[in-house]
Amino acid sequence: MGAMTANPIPSFTSNAKPVDPNASGEASAMANAELRFKVSKLNFFYGPKQSLFDVSLDVQANRITALIGPSGCGKSTFLRTLNRMQETIRHTRIEGEVLLDGQNIFDMDVVRLRRRVGMVFQRPNPFPKSIYENVAYGLRINGHKGKLADHVEKSLQRAALWDEVKDVLHKSAYALSGGQQQRLCIARALAVNPEVLLLDEPCSALDPVSTAKIEELMLQLRSSCTVAIVTHNMQQAARVSDVTAFLLEGKLIECRPTAQLFTNPADPRTEAYITGRFG
Amino acid sequence: MERHFEQEFQDLQQRLLWMGSLSERAVHKAVHAVLEADEALAEAVLEEEPAINELQIEMDDRITRLLALQQPMAADLRLLIGASRINSDIERIGDQAVNIAQSATRILRHPQVKPYVDLPRMSGLAENMVRDSLNALVKRDVDLANSVMRQDDEVDRLRDQMFRELLTYMMENSAVVFPAFELVLVAKNLERIGDHATNIAEDVIYIVVGRDVRHPALDRR
Amino acid sequence: MNSSLRWRKFVNVVMLGLTAVCVTVAVSALLIILGYLVIHGAESLSWNFFTQLPKPVGETGGGMANAIVGSAKLVLLASMIGIPIGCIGGVYVAEYGGKMFSFVIRYTADLLNGVPSIVIGIFAYTIIVLPMHHFSTIAGGFALGIMMIPIAVRTTESFLRAVPRSLREASVALGASKWKTIVKVIIPAAMGGIMTGIMLNIARVAGETAPLLFTAFSNRYWSPGWNQPAASLPVMIYTYAIAPYEDWHRQAWAAGLVLLAMVLLTNILARLILYSRRASASR
Repeated sequence: MGAMTANPIPSFTSNAKPVDPNASGEASAMANAELRFKVSKLNFFYGPKQSLFDVSLDVQANRITALIGPSGCGKSTFLRTLNRMQETIRHTRIEGEVLLDGQNIFDMDVVRLRRRVGMVFQRPNPFPKSIYENVAYGLRINGHKGKLADHVEKSLQRAALWDEVKDVLHKSAYALSGGQQQRLCIARALAVNPEVLLLDEPCSALDPVSTAKIEELMLQLRSSCTVAIVTHNMQQAARVSDVTAFLLEGKLIECRPTAQLFTNPADPRTEAYITGRFG
Repeated sequence: MERHFEQEFQDLQQRLLWMGSLSERAVHKAVHAVLEADEALAEAVLEEEPAINELQIEMDDRITRLLALQQPMAADLRLLIGASRINSDIERIGDQAVNIAQSATRILRHPQVKPYVDLPRMSGLAENMVRDSLNALVKRDVDLANSVMRQDDEVDRLRDQMFRELLTYMMENSAVVFPAFELVLVAKNLERIGDHATNIAEDVIYIVVGRDVRHPALDRR
Repeated sequence: MNSSLRWRKFVNVVMLGLTAVCVTVAVSALLIILGYLVIHGAESLSWNFFTQLPKPVGETGGGMANAIVGSAKLVLLASMIGIPIGCIGGVYVAEYGGKMFSFVIRYTADLLNGVPSIVIGIFAYTIIVLPMHHFSTIAGGFALGIMMIPIAVRTTESFLRAVPRSLREASVALGASKWKTIVKVIIPAAMGGIMTGIMLNIARVAGETAPLLFTAFSNRYWSPGWNQPAASLPVMIYTYAIAPYEDWHRQAWAAGLVLLAMVLLTNILARLILYSRRASASR
């Protein structure tokens, strides 16, 4: 940051108080936001082995919720139950309740659920099709008729990728760099206008510049979408999220507004983890 | 690429400057309360002081949040560290202004000891130093910061001069001891204000170029 | 220390030499066969070969036009039988089959692949030729088709399995049903490999002789439709090669060369398709 735009020191007679931008931050993070997901006592079994124990967590609408914790703590498992992706694996079993806007997701049609709750994975996984076809895929399988080009453009803009690809939409998705491919996957997920976007360690395979772009993108998305992100990089959780949940060995230890969790955690295990004194 | 935390850094600096302007105003009013024997001005200083203290707490809270949540590096990190120190110095300047105002209420009960010559000169210098140090922060101007540090010598000299003069007055005429003694305290407060402004200037240099110029006598090899 | 180094170097050189010799032998065998075919076949190739019917015994001249067409028809019929069954079966095994089921199918396919082709011919003879009381193109196509099935199943299955799981996850997460995922994502992704497998399957089956001996049999004339015995290049080679006529020997070489050329062309086509799909995918 160079010299700030030279605002002179306010004169003696000016009583104007600069607006505090954070006044809305902490209070509303917990109180005013409506809930998108309400998870109650979720237990997850892979065969005989249990990997989530009575996890109860609220995911607020239009906020970014981060899930942090050491490897194997169950954060990805938890995230994947929110759009029932665990059903693609055999021998998995769930106990507990997950409500999306008050409806039990296990009673819903799973295809319709997955259109409302989109997911972006750890490694970019674009289809071996053109950039255009990748974004249009979700629309096509929804039986979307009419002009797809506008929707494709809008999704690519929301993913902050339009300017970089608008002239090469016909090219294969694999021609893009890793960071661009991941943004393409985000655009692809956004094309069906999901209410929730789940991101499972979306930046772990990316370089710092791409990571920064995706972080800025998430912050812009939160006004139109609810975002939940699993990350093993807790500095990333600190930078972007409104609420952070810390999981350990399948249990939810603490879930609080991010500023509180990172400056003054309630549980000593959380403190040990975020100060790097874990293990 | 514009990052989301840039606005927070901007707001932080704005609040700090606002706090600085409040302290500057307090010093100005307090000195004029002495110079013009104005009790209302002195009371105003006392009433406005809590605002400065509140801002100090708010600034520290913001700085802690930014450090924890944004992991700033390089210039951003130095800005937060420097802002934390400047925060403390500005609050102390406010305290000194309160001290001056309290002295003013006591002085005005007595007739004026002598024509005020050095006092306005000293207070003018001190106020300039405070203003310049904060401007140096706004403009990231190292030369301006250095000029502040140089003026501190003149303020110290004026304080010594006032001490000698007032001591002479007190020795010659015991009736003026009370007001003269308060004036000595005022001089000392003004000199402390100069020191705090110097500290702010040193912090500005640290923020801008990353060099710690405090205690130049120390051998820093 | 020095002597062990020298020993190691010696062993190195010896092994290098041995492996070079083996490669030379292997390649030489192939080159010799190719050489013979080209030399003997090329001199017998003529426009007549491609356009004329075989002449009666004893007369020189004539060609194998009907055998070329017959081979094409047989291979076409075999493909229409073997490829859909094999590929769709492969889709089922790869996408829907459980571990046990897939194992059983794979094992069965390998067994069927190992059955001598003449036995398959006998099977087709029993099933089709006997009830119809005559040889036919249908029977020949049927026999060849059966031979295509196990390979089609295996190659389709393995190329489908090779599609990364991440693509399936991406499709499913967008709300696609399993079938749509298979049709719109997985099969297109595996298409290059599947088509290569099909091409190689065709190339292999085009040269099979034994099953045709008592299904399509042979024909000295055109074989219109599908219901009559048909001449095919491999069977003609067999017939002409063991006959006592010099002219027929030459024609057999020519037929061998033509068959080889067809197989070679199919292989090249397969590689070109695979290469171009890979190139366009990575562009």
